[in-house]
Amino acid sequence: MPSTMFDRIWDQHVVADLGEGWSLLYLDRILVHDLSGGRAMEEVAQAGYRLAEPRHVFATPDHAVSSAPGRTAETFPVGAKLLRSLRARCAAEGVRMFDLGQRGNGIVHVIAPEMGIVLPGLTLACGDSHTCTNGGVGAMAFGIGASELSHALATQTLPQRRPGTFRIRFEGARPAGVTAKDMILAAIGRFGAAAGTGMAMEYAGSAVRAMSLEERLTLCNLSIEMGAKVGMVAPDDTTFEYLAGRDFAPKGRAWEAALADWRRLPSDTEARFTRDEVIEMASIAPQITWGTSPEQVADVTGHVPRPESAPDAARAKSWEAALRYMGLEPGQPLIGTKVDWVFIGSCTNSRVSDLRAAADVLRGRKRAPHVTAWVVPGSEKVKAEAEAEGLHHRFLEAGFEWREPGCALCVSANGEAVPPGARCVSTSNRNFVGRQGTGARTHLASPAMAAAAALAGSIVDVRNF
Amino acid sequence: MQSFTTVTGPAIPLMAANVDTDVIIPIQRLVGTGRDGLGPYAFERLRYNADGTDNMDFVPNREPYRGSPIMLAAENFGCGSSREGAVWALMGMGVRCVIAPSFGDIFFANCFQNGLLPVRLPIEEIRRIAEETEAGPGNARTTVDLARQVVVTPTGREIPFQVDGRKKEAMLQGLDDIAMTLKQAEAIAAWKARDKQSRGWAWESVA
Repeated sequence: MPSTMFDRIWDQHVVADLGEGWSLLYLDRILVHDLSGGRAMEEVAQAGYRLAEPRHVFATPDHAVSSAPGRTAETFPVGAKLLRSLRARCAAEGVRMFDLGQRGNGIVHVIAPEMGIVLPGLTLACGDSHTCTNGGVGAMAFGIGASELSHALATQTLPQRRPGTFRIRFEGARPAGVTAKDMILAAIGRFGAAAGTGMAMEYAGSAVRAMSLEERLTLCNLSIEMGAKVGMVAPDDTTFEYLAGRDFAPKGRAWEAALADWRRLPSDTEARFTRDEVIEMASIAPQITWGTSPEQVADVTGHVPRPESAPDAARAKSWEAALRYMGLEPGQPLIGTKVDWVFIGSCTNSRVSDLRAAADVLRGRKRAPHVTAWVVPGSEKVKAEAEAEGLHHRFLEAGFEWREPGCALCVSANGEAVPPGARCVSTSNRNFVGRQGTGARTHLASPAMAAAAALAGSIVDVRNF
Repeated sequence: MQSFTTVTGPAIPLMAANVDTDVIIPIQRLVGTGRDGLGPYAFERLRYNADGTDNMDFVPNREPYRGSPIMLAAENFGCGSSREGAVWALMGMGVRCVIAPSFGDIFFANCFQNGLLPVRLPIEEIRRIAEETEAGPGNARTTVDLARQVVVTPTGREIPFQVDGRKKEAMLQGLDDIAMTLKQAEAIAAWKARDKQSRGWAWESVA
């Protein structure tokens, strides 16, 4: 019977059938970070358990560390406490940890593909909702809560209910100025922030096949913003070329065996999905969010919608609240809206290709004087690569701050925040109320759109820039 | 985990769609506060005025809803971040059951880990419960009975709801997941032995 990639990976990892659609799933890899990792490992120890497979667990501090140039663990003292706990527990349990300043340190979902920790066909869990990012290499990767993380660490398994499958095929040639970020934002706008609830996403189609591995990671990253825990792209030669030689990727004969397995992963042509949609690439323009949910998004050439034109009363009410919070008028054009802050970074858009795309827009120009602009590379490796290419000089000359790796302004758990009322064009993944700081107004966009906004001091169409 | 049998109270009509876990508990509170101290910070950006007084536009602040264990919401409640602190904060403000048409998947799982019951009902039913509550004398009460899997509305209508058998049992008895899984230790060991044979590459590179 024809099957999907998701079915294959799921079936291979079932340890026991728990009934009613529940399975006990084996986890090949677990990632932990400073915000919840130390605490989860402490709870496991307090309950009298040891880690089941400590060599298959990897740790990195990212959420609650400062991104200030020259930062140390102590720069954000509240986070330092979490970091000390993570260090102590990793040392006690024999878990590999990539500490600040070390090779391998960075945002957990940037380092996992970069180090070859996540591989096609693997299951991976992490106490972070954007774990779905890792599905870009063809893995089944999902975010879990704190109690589930303790369970995962103590048993290397998780009871999970099998989700449905939802495929989106992006077909056709990519229009100018349209990035992976625009594609997934357009999909969320079209299908809604709950369309993926109870679903595992697979992204396919000619436009996805033509994507770089880093772009596929961005595409999968926002699966959670559509409600899905899992987002995947079938592995292919692009994936294999990316992974070859990475620190924890198989080598020699193991690599050959892995390749043979990986080539059998892609969904059969006749495979049936619970839901199957096609998006024509020609219909996608550069996107920017106007509201406080990622589904509140529009073409950059569009207008802020009028609540009275909402499809239902509940939606009209939430649009009104979003416009009030965002300080926008119904019907106003998005282009020309004044911007105070620009943030390029996060597990969505902090890879070296993202930084190149942003730097390309700058072309020797300077940010608008009233704009504060930050670039936060996703990892030590990204930072080193970018510096080797001289990207940091281009950002610094344009008046951007060049900072240390971490989650930084995406999550605002590290003492860094966009000030109340300030408007920020951000390459991150969430425009929720207060996400980037109390009263902060976030517009999600691609790195190129964010760089262009920093130069203009307002929202602009990157295609004319 | 706290066990859950039945709860009763005036159903708080929050009724917003896409209520995310960032709004339920800001991350800054999770960095600095333990799980038992989060109640006062639940929904803090909506719940308080700038001067720290209660914002009476926020429905859960109003009588008779204040402190009620049952909350009504619209689609996609608890979407966004995986932070389990959202559940701890809701429980800290007294909520033991949220009734919504759909929930964020990770939040939904986190609820069951802590003894907060998420109930899925169609939006029309939720609106009717809100209407009956508002129209009833002294804002009539709703009861959620997990053993019988019914919501009893203020007018006495009984609305059945679905819940997973294993989650229901664990919740009624307050059972710990790790202990349940470790009963499968032999199956886990057998799976690992088989997998090391068939997928050696997945084990070698991190050994």
